[in-house]
Amino acid sequence: MIRLEKRPTPSRFWTWSTPVLAVLLTMIAGGLMFAALGKNPFIAIKTIFYDPILGEFAFYYRGQLLVKAGPLILIAVGLAMGFRAGIWNIGAEGQYIIGAICGAAVGLAFYPAESWIIFPLMIVAGALGGLLWAMIPAILKVRFKTNEILVSLLLVYVAEQLLAAMALGPLRNPEASGFPGSRNLQQYPSAANTEIIPGTGMHWGVAAALIAVVFAYVLLSRHLTGFHIRLAGQSPRAARFGGVNPTALVVFCMGVSGALAGMAGMFEVSGPAGQISIDFNSGYGFTAIIVAFLGRLHPIGILMAGLLMALTYIGGEAAQATMQIPAAAIQAFQGMLLFFLLGLDVLSNYRFRLPREGVA
Amino acid sequence: MDLSSINWVLLLASLMVAATPILLAGIGELVVERAGVLNLGVEGMMITGAISGFAIAINTGSVTLGFIAAAAAGALLSLLFGFLTQYLLSNQVATGLALTLFGLGLSSLMGQGYVGIKGLSVPDIHLPILSDIPVLGPILFRHDAMVYVSILIVAGVWAFLKFTRGGLILRAVGESHDAAHALGYKVVRIRLMAIAFGGACAGLGGAYLSLVRVPQWTEGMTAGAGWIALALVVFASWKPWRVLIGAYLFGGLTVLQLNLQAAGMKIPVEYLAMSPYIITILVLVVMSSRGGRAALNAPAELGRSFHASS
Repeated sequence: MIRLEKRPTPSRFWTWSTPVLAVLLTMIAGGLMFAALGKNPFIAIKTIFYDPILGEFAFYYRGQLLVKAGPLILIAVGLAMGFRAGIWNIGAEGQYIIGAICGAAVGLAFYPAESWIIFPLMIVAGALGGLLWAMIPAILKVRFKTNEILVSLLLVYVAEQLLAAMALGPLRNPEASGFPGSRNLQQYPSAANTEIIPGTGMHWGVAAALIAVVFAYVLLSRHLTGFHIRLAGQSPRAARFGGVNPTALVVFCMGVSGALAGMAGMFEVSGPAGQISIDFNSGYGFTAIIVAFLGRLHPIGILMAGLLMALTYIGGEAAQATMQIPAAAIQAFQGMLLFFLLGLDVLSNYRFRLPREGVA
Repeated sequence: MDLSSINWVLLLASLMVAATPILLAGIGELVVERAGVLNLGVEGMMITGAISGFAIAINTGSVTLGFIAAAAAGALLSLLFGFLTQYLLSNQVATGLALTLFGLGLSSLMGQGYVGIKGLSVPDIHLPILSDIPVLGPILFRHDAMVYVSILIVAGVWAFLKFTRGGLILRAVGESHDAAHALGYKVVRIRLMAIAFGGACAGLGGAYLSLVRVPQWTEGMTAGAGWIALALVVFASWKPWRVLIGAYLFGGLTVLQLNLQAAGMKIPVEYLAMSPYIITILVLVVMSSRGGRAALNAPAELGRSFHASS
């Protein structure tokens, strides 16, 4: 039998090469899945990973890349901070929805006035909405020791119902003759999240994601709070002796991830989505969990992982259009990626040893 | 709103049916957690069980085969989690989440051809004599077989944990895997068995939704039931009969909420529909704020990886 031996510190080499290996293994397993669906696996993989960047219609898909990656990165950067500290906010999807509702509500409240102040106010409202929604599990955790995993997740379903209530009730477009859904914010210049450089997909949310990456990098590697986060994750006991305030850490990590998720929702509703509708949310909050792990909970890694994951979305759409591969296959594909990644982590934390001979 | 329009006997009768999916998933997860493993993939296993059971039942015409297939599918999927967490020592929280995400994708992939197909009808069993008791008869004794099977599973788990040597070993593994290992018990093997049992129960719970409760296949039809089942285990302080009580209380609230919707209560449907989740959160808060006693019942090694150093 092969024995596992714990490494004193995780291997740096394997920490960064396992994501690559995981992607390759997912391509193989995904190829098998596509073959089982009766599709040519090689063409499918090429359609998903190659065509959107370098293929014939890449000019259309490249812009989409940033549009999809923006929210994923923005949410994942926040989540990764908590995950590092052992604080599990897995309800980003809910915070994303609430951010979108709050942001859109502020924008719609001003309609049809035009002013430069409206969009910044909407960003603040979106961030605050997400922050407050994330504060529910945070405060319940620090005050009552309630499990934040379950509470944050259950709040996603509450947020989804709230979204439906808003789309059918208070935020419904009064001129839409009874159709559910709000006014289209894209057609309201002061509230629209426009592309900063037209044609690239680079909207304000993408800019915010890049800023968040830089801030998170500086915070985690240069600031005391970042040190506390890493310490609390690696050794909670040492952290307590080291003067880390666990309550403040929970509130901080949940708050930041909630605010970022809320902002992502606000940028989405005022940009690519355009309006509050019943099925506005599309699972970014959950996919961002995969992005966070794929990026090794490291801001720069998350930047790359977000782009890769965005590629699977876009490539998935392309494969859906040209090869009739169902959208669900892409979802399963993303889930597989996380499995492989978590499984391969054994390489960075443990060494494989063959048993020494002669020792009983 | 007209409260008198609600048929209370019918409401109480449908309570057990509404509770059965989370009861099954909850009792399975209880065994897993008593062995010291936290599997957050319940939702993914339930929904995979839901589509597997539905597909097999439609293709074979047999609901029984459907349930068996669902249990097998749930167990198979859970062993994926077991392999990763027990042999590759991956983080249980992250792996459980991965299982849920993967299960949701896989199930809607498998369910492509089954959307909109009407399910088979499952006959209710009228227990002789008992079902003729007025009021109590229709409430308790006129359900489909799975309702009673789920209660039998609860009783079985209770008896297993309390009276058998196997149950004692399972609890030992959950309380202190190092001690159990030192005594020569195969920690990993025992945990894998518990995980597979939990997966099978979650699969059954999911299949109950698609085969009996709804009965139809729709994407994402579990709608958080797996997470509620997880909360149920906390509510029950890891005790089998309390899972049953919790599930029935919760089932009652769900049915009441649906009845209030039908009776035309003067608030939008969405707010009523979110009430089960809010109530679950409130229950979690109450249970955790009681501190001490409830928390002490949690298996000591819950969520920790076991790695034999020698």
